Amino acid sequence: MRPTPMAEPIALAVRDLAVRFEMEQGNVHALEGVSFDLRAGRTLGIVGESGCGKSVTARSILRIIDRPGRITGGRILLDPGTPQEVDLAALDPESARMRAVRGGRVGLIFQEPMTALSVHYTVGNQIIEAVRQHSDISKAEARNRAIELLREVGIPRPETRIDAYPFELSGGLRQRVGIAMALAGDPDILIADEPTTALDVTTQAQILALLRRLQAEKRIALMLITHDMGVIAEMTDEVAVMYLGRVVEYAPVAALFAAPRHPYTRALLRAVPSVLAAPRQRLATIGGAVPHPGARPAGCAFHPRCAEVIPGRCTAEMPPAIPPGIAGASCFLDVPA
Amino acid sequence: MLMYLLRRLGLALVTCLFISVLTFIIIRLPPGDFVDAYIANLAASGSTVSNEQAEAMRRDYGLDQPALVQYARWLGRVLEGDFGVSMVWRRPVTEVIGDRLWLTMVVSFAALFLTWAIALPIGIYSAVRQYSIGDYVFTTLGFIGLAVPNFLLALILMYLGFRYLGLNVGGLFSPDYVQAPWSWARVWDLAKHLPLPAAVLALAGTAQLIRIMRANLLDELRKPYVVTARAKGLTERRTILKYPVRAALNPFASSVAYLFPYLVSGSIVVSLVLGLPTVGPLLLQALVAQDMFLAGTIVLLLGIMTVVGTLISDVLLMWIDPRIRLEGHG
Amino acid sequence: MSAAAADIGATAGQDRFAQATQLQLTWWRFRRHRLALISLFIVALFYAVAVFADFLAISDPHATDARRSFIPPQAIHLFDDGAFRPHVYGLRGVRDPQTFKLVYTPDPNRKLPVTLFARGYDYALFGLFETNIHLLGIEGGSRGDGIFLLGTDQLGRDLYSRMVVATRVSLSIGLAGVTLSLLLGVLLGGISGLYGGWVDTVIQRVIEILRSIPTIPLWMGLAAALPNTWSVTQVYLAITVIISLIGWTDLARVVRGRFLSLREEDFVVAAELAGASQGRIIFRHMLPSFASHIIAAVSLALPAMIVSETALSFLGLGLRPPAVSWGILLQDAQNIQVLAGAPWLLSAAVPVTVVILAFNFLGDGLRDAADPYG
Ligand SMILES: Nc1ncnc2c1ncn2[C@@H]1O[C@H](COP(=O)(O)OP(=O)(O)OP(=O)(O)O)[C@@H](O)[C@H]1O
Ligand code: SF4
Ligand SMILES: [Mg+2]
Repeated sequence: MRPTPMAEPIALAVRDLAVRFEMEQGNVHALEGVSFDLRAGRTLGIVGESGCGKSVTARSILRIIDRPGRITGGRILLDPGTPQEVDLAALDPESARMRAVRGGRVGLIFQEPMTALSVHYTVGNQIIEAVRQHSDISKAEARNRAIELLREVGIPRPETRIDAYPFELSGGLRQRVGIAMALAGDPDILIADEPTTALDVTTQAQILALLRRLQAEKRIALMLITHDMGVIAEMTDEVAVMYLGRVVEYAPVAALFAAPRHPYTRALLRAVPSVLAAPRQRLATIGGAVPHPGARPAGCAFHPRCAEVIPGRCTAEMPPAIPPGIAGASCFLDVPA
Repeated sequence: MLMYLLRRLGLALVTCLFISVLTFIIIRLPPGDFVDAYIANLAASGSTVSNEQAEAMRRDYGLDQPALVQYARWLGRVLEGDFGVSMVWRRPVTEVIGDRLWLTMVVSFAALFLTWAIALPIGIYSAVRQYSIGDYVFTTLGFIGLAVPNFLLALILMYLGFRYLGLNVGGLFSPDYVQAPWSWARVWDLAKHLPLPAAVLALAGTAQLIRIMRANLLDELRKPYVVTARAKGLTERRTILKYPVRAALNPFASSVAYLFPYLVSGSIVVSLVLGLPTVGPLLLQALVAQDMFLAGTIVLLLGIMTVVGTLISDVLLMWIDPRIRLEGHG
Repeated sequence: MSAAAADIGATAGQDRFAQATQLQLTWWRFRRHRLALISLFIVALFYAVAVFADFLAISDPHATDARRSFIPPQAIHLFDDGAFRPHVYGLRGVRDPQTFKLVYTPDPNRKLPVTLFARGYDYALFGLFETNIHLLGIEGGSRGDGIFLLGTDQLGRDLYSRMVVATRVSLSIGLAGVTLSLLLGVLLGGISGLYGGWVDTVIQRVIEILRSIPTIPLWMGLAAALPNTWSVTQVYLAITVIISLIGWTDLARVVRGRFLSLREEDFVVAAELAGASQGRIIFRHMLPSFASHIIAAVSLALPAMIVSETALSFLGLGLRPPAVSWGILLQDAQNIQVLAGAPWLLSAAVPVTVVILAFNFLGDGLRDAADPYG
């Protein structure tokens, strides 16, 4: 969609990330070797059915996965290739360094604007807290900054709204507050986990426009998680398609829609009749149910649902993972270009 | 907010009325009326009352009127502060009760504060460190706390104190201060004696509150706003204390409404075992002697004080929760 | 966990689960709680003791005998000169050198053999079969001799036998109280949940009021008003009514909550559409579907009932002698001087605590099983 595809510096590189939930009922391999890059000023879309590990990926980057989840492999490199390069996966999640990254380098925007804010404090309180967490300024200055942020995300009358409680605001305004909060520490990377799923269509469009504007202004590296192929088409530069904890296809957005290379991607695209007709369509119309990550099928995990399955091969062997940063599909049928 | 307060206040008034009806029923329950009891009481001490005198008394107290009228007249007198005369003590009921009502409240409130002070941190700990050894220990202790009725606990402590320390661990005052008039020294003496009965009373409630706090906090810890707070870069401690704990305080505060009557109830029996100068022993004596005005008054005052305590917890709840505080504004 | 995972879990086992009734499902989940399962066993054991109380008792729980006043607990000695010959010691009168009173103490020289299925006092098993066979007894021995596993009280009554017999009253009064509470609770909670509107509001307010007043003083007032002339059975029934007057509120809340959530559910709506009468909907469709919740609520309410009776009897306002309940036994332990001399009088605290603990664990396990998400 936009020129100069891969020239921007990489802000965050995820390499072979593996996350496991060790539970009584058995281990769940929520992520198994996920790799991708986030580049300044560009948007990576992450798409996949429910439970494929999108949110776990987002939380792993911030090192806030719920217990009993644990990173069992891979690296999360902030500023890779620069002298400041740091592997977030190796940090202590409670360390000051990691906490400085949270909100300070990487901001997180949530799906549920209703529940993502605490009802017990005013939005001002919650934003000011985030502002002061990442800069040494007085309360009054922080308040001004918070009002500034609210104005920036398009909240009318921010001077009074700052003292409102979340339950006094509409869903759209709440989501804007969520974005303001994510921006409070002035991060250069934003992760938006289904930021518009809970909103109505008009609001959805406004929030997406806001994200696009902020990204352009601040040259933010945006990771946009969504179920919605329409949002992918509209917002992203590159796309990672996830299935059962793996990236099964990685491609520039135009290429993905023009020539999807993985049978799963093709099924996803078929499941959305028209981008405009059903903007909030959930990807539930592919035949068969997603297997539980705890009971991953042998061979290619997609084979029980794949229309193009190669008997004998796909059931026994795992197709090779996609090398990071290169367009491709993890499928035996895919011939590297 | 005003609506909420008015609603609560209204309910409290209805509750008080309800308690007064129950009290009146209790007063009238024993066979015969109060004059019969009075005569029997006098007879026991050797004096007699003529039939005319008895009838005069009945008319005086309106005992020949229908029950509803009697209730109204009784309520009227009560509202004027006249609770009647104790037959056993031959003195106005209020005089007989004296400090005991306040001491009952002191003991109950002490138990309430103790319950909060213990249950809150332990509940938080148990939820945050779910399935840790500490959690198991507290859960087990909690179950035992729930299972030992507080008067039994009091009995066991009395026995142990008597047997191994050779002293009476009961009472609220040292012998020197039992009869003494109020002074700072006496208050201090009371404060020194308070922890044991308060702890005995608080045990079961604490166990229950720990479970409530733990369950609620576990629920809250899973909510998205906790992730939001973490994603800001707050420390884990600050995250938990500022957000989920605050949210879990709501059910905690509302459980006080049910905890307080329970503590007041418990204080009656525990007082008997520990020999506390609360209304407990007096109530039992009065009931056994069928000194119904005294007994009824105690029940009534206890009920009303409990209602007031509950009202306080309601206000507290309102103050904690902005959704209630701002009700009708937003 | 994500909703997706839960969905998938449900589809996997659907065939088996679809056929199971709610009660069966609950039972499957319940079996996984080991502590609750043990508690169920303990509770069952207690009720078995209650049923076979007279058979398990050794001496007549009401028979007084001044000579055996305050005898400390005695063990059964299993071996005599290396041979397995279970026995207890007989009593011997000794004059106290200070008070010159005759005091009876166990005499190691008089060994009385202990036998199984011995003859003792007469009773009717299950209230039907007249018999005098007891699990344990002694052979020979003179008046006053006996097995005093837990010692005796001031009047020389065997505490163990009294405690076993008390189990019957204490447990049954809990059951009776809970049954009454349950009837009230299901009725009022059901009306409240089913009709909603102002009826619901009124009932809810009444429950709130009842819960906000201290119960024990009220109970005391009511209990003290029971006429002295009433028989043991009348008092028993009256106390049952008194303790259930308060207990129903919790059950009513559970029932109401269930009704409210069920009212919206498909099968109820379907039955309504099919023209089933309201009564039929309630009893055929709704009640069975939350039987497990009720069972859980009941087993959590039962210990409260047992404690209430114990407390009232302990205060002397509950059951009256010659009735025997744990509370009545504990009444003897009220005086600290007496207790210091005969601490075994406190032993009734053990069954009270154990039963309450067991009921609590049981109720907890049942509740988890009935409502794993609630
Ligand atoms: N707290 C947890 N405990 C156990 N397993 C978990 C937990 N969180 C996630 N998982 C596992 O990780 C898998 C991926 O979850 P994740 O939330 O990342 O899915 P998602 O792609 O974000 O789905 P959705 O589109 O529904 O948000 C889930 O299927 C689940 O099995
Ligand atoms: S590897 Fe085989 S099963 Fe997997 S997507 Fe490709 S063709 Fe289908
Ligand atoms: Mg998600």
